[in-house]
Amino acid sequence: MSDAKRRTTPMGTLLGSLTLLFIWQVASMLLARPILPPPTVVVPMFLKALPGDLGLHLLASTARVLAAILLAVITAAPLGLALGQLPKLDQVMGPLIAIIYPIPKIIFLPVIYVLMGITDLSKITLIAIIIFFQILVVVRDEAAGLRRELIVSVRSLGAGRRALFRYVYLPASIPAVLTALRVSVGTAVAVLFIAEQSLTSWGLGYYIVVETYQVLMYPEMYTGIMAMGLLGASLYALIGAIEARFTPHQR
Amino acid sequence: MIDIEGLRFSYRGLSPIFDDFSLVMEKGEAWSIIGPSGCGKTTLLYLIAGLNHPEAGTIRVAGAPIERPRPRTGLVLQDHGLLPWATVEGNTRLGFKIRGFYGPDGKHSPEDATRDPEAEKALTDHWLSWLGIDHLRGKYPGQLSRGQRQRAAIARTLVLSPDLLLMDEPFSALDAPIREELQRVMNRFHRETKLTSITVTHDIEEAVVLGEKILVLTDTVNTKPMVIENPHAGDPDLRQSEKFLDQCHRLRGLLENKHREVGA
Repeated sequence: MSDAKRRTTPMGTLLGSLTLLFIWQVASMLLARPILPPPTVVVPMFLKALPGDLGLHLLASTARVLAAILLAVITAAPLGLALGQLPKLDQVMGPLIAIIYPIPKIIFLPVIYVLMGITDLSKITLIAIIIFFQILVVVRDEAAGLRRELIVSVRSLGAGRRALFRYVYLPASIPAVLTALRVSVGTAVAVLFIAEQSLTSWGLGYYIVVETYQVLMYPEMYTGIMAMGLLGASLYALIGAIEARFTPHQR
Repeated sequence: MIDIEGLRFSYRGLSPIFDDFSLVMEKGEAWSIIGPSGCGKTTLLYLIAGLNHPEAGTIRVAGAPIERPRPRTGLVLQDHGLLPWATVEGNTRLGFKIRGFYGPDGKHSPEDATRDPEAEKALTDHWLSWLGIDHLRGKYPGQLSRGQRQRAAIARTLVLSPDLLLMDEPFSALDAPIREELQRVMNRFHRETKLTSITVTHDIEEAVVLGEKILVLTDTVNTKPMVIENPHAGDPDLRQSEKFLDQCHRLRGLLENKHREVGA
């Protein structure tokens, strides 16, 4: 975990991107078919399209992911804390969570569409559910790991329930939430891609599949793929940056 | 300072540990509490700290009955209880933050508590250097040795200027040389401050080194307190003296005797 963090230096990011572009270029020349246009065509097109419609698609996707993350954090973190500190509640909920946790939540897509209607909220909910279970489990385990001695000694300094929340539970759950996000953000973007392929006309999923792929505009399709990659990588980097800020003791 | 009257306490479904137990501890005294595991020594400490509640009887500290943790009582546990994500300095200042969070409500924080950043800084600096961990103030608990962590936990308690210091097996997890060093630190602390203190321990030598009075508990119901006078506690060269060995021997005899009574 810390190894992966250490490898993402600005220099490393640049080097990795250049290597990727190089492999892409070589592969495109070797394959020599329209399905793999070279980066020399795609990258300039990407830069040109970004201030236009492509940028709007990217914004729509970003907004959905961020809303889903927010929704998941504000519901899962408190529940995870409660489960971690109340073993009796965890005894009841634990088995249920253990069963739901490994189910790929994307299969609930049609159910959610029917129940919640064809709105952005249903797409956001689906992604939020995926992140929700990750955060729930990691925060619960983190809260359960807070030793009784720690709670007792902070109480002995005068802390009641509110101060315990402010000075113990909240700072303990922030790193757990970030760990959970780092694990689940990739899946979240993947599910977003699927959810955006229908019942919307904005978002990178729609752009890649409906606007470009289905009409054989391969270079344009690749600009969408680049935008999606950028979204995933930026979220990952953002989480890493927040993590470095909040968990200096884990360095 | 501490006035225990008619105390009765038992854990759910078990026979009582204390029944009609009364004891007075005077201001300025250093006590140790010793006994076999399960005898209720930690329970008694938690009762005095307001973390456990008596079934019957009252415990008064500085005149007021204890119903919840009291802001002027300091508590140090075997497991240091430091926040792993805060530095030594951050941990030491935690009590100030909590007091500032509630304001002087008399419940979580003393009624006369005011936030004075300069005084807080002075207290923090004073106790960190008094305990010899000033150079570690920027380190996280995970980067410290056990002895250093325990010093930080003590600093965190002392910066709040407690009028009563309770310690539960504070040095049990430490290697012998570090333990003896910290016992000397606490002896010096008591000589300099005359703070009322109670140390719970299962270690006979520690009880003799730290307690001017030693309360011996049994693992059956405790009714009458058995208190050993130990006026030489805190003498700098106590460990090398005949008195020390005699006192340890006497205490060991008492503890073993207790066991036999229980077995019979």
